[in-house]
Amino acid sequence: MASPELFSVLVEVHLRDGIADPQGATIERALPALGLGGVTGVRAGKAFRFDIAADDEASALAQATVVADRLLANPVIEESAVTVTPAVAAAPAAAGPAAAGPAAAGPAGSQS
Amino acid sequence: MAARVGVVMFPGTNCEHDAVLAVQRLGASADLVWHGDTSVAGYDALVLPGGFAHGDYLRPGAIARFSPVMEAVGRFAAEGGPVLGICNGFQVLTEAGLLPGALQKNRGLRFLCTTVSVRVESSASVLTAGVPVGTELSIPINHFEGNYTCDRETLAVLRDEDRVVLRYVDNPNGSVDAIAGVCNADRNVVGLMPHPERASDPLLGSVDGAVLLRALLASALASAEPVARATVA
Repeated sequence: MASPELFSVLVEVHLRDGIADPQGATIERALPALGLGGVTGVRAGKAFRFDIAADDEASALAQATVVADRLLANPVIEESAVTVTPAVAAAPAAAGPAAAGPAAAGPAGSQS
Repeated sequence: MAARVGVVMFPGTNCEHDAVLAVQRLGASADLVWHGDTSVAGYDALVLPGGFAHGDYLRPGAIARFSPVMEAVGRFAAEGGPVLGICNGFQVLTEAGLLPGALQKNRGLRFLCTTVSVRVESSASVLTAGVPVGTELSIPINHFEGNYTCDRETLAVLRDEDRVVLRYVDNPNGSVDAIAGVCNADRNVVGLMPHPERASDPLLGSVDGAVLLRALLASALASAEPVARATVA
């Protein structure tokens, strides 16, 4: 049995097309004050990051999609996009089997 | 016989005592039901009052939906028990899938705290039974996320099935079709953004909310008799 690996998940939630976005509209109206009159189509949303321990990327994606669909987004008005990447095997935080990290750490990983 | 009302309280709920007092003054008995409870046995009606359940984190009602009591609320509703969601309680019921649609930030991004006129659009719900269509009621609103939204198909169903229970006379928040309150297909679950419990005494400036709460209590007694739900704790 494969020991679980850690995957980084990014879930972006935004309002469905056609749903009024008063936040995005308000931001857009503020932009001319910066001298930026050419910005259009501003849509506000939310982003969530978390880690999932899973046997493989497909399993991590499946679990993350459940989190996104059942909790993070309200499907009546919102859509979500889920991105899964292998976690950067740097932090030895847990005393677990960190050695299982994949050879290529993957392109993502830059935190804010 | 007095109706027994359970007023469900989540961490962050803040209108529970108003709701308890309002229905008590109309002759009902009322208890608070903690969100961690797993039974609502013994009640003839449930009220999910206003506030900020679980801090409104993520979205209003999004976390409250997972509170243990919600499973019991769902069963109570499925058995035909009257369930009323007021403001945040309405948001919780939509998130829980007991009512259609969702409540978005108000058009104009303003928190609204004022008294509005709402019109009864259907007498076929546990909240409006016996209240003539067209009756205008003066009831306070107090919300940031009260802008009722649903897709076109859902709106068509709500209209066709006469499930828009209340409409704003002068739409304050951008709600689609000026909807202030809706009910489920079985008409025993109703959600509304206005606060009827805050318009239930002359001292509060209006007693129009008592019209709705009285109808709820009558519905509670009516539904309690034939169904005779188990009163085992």
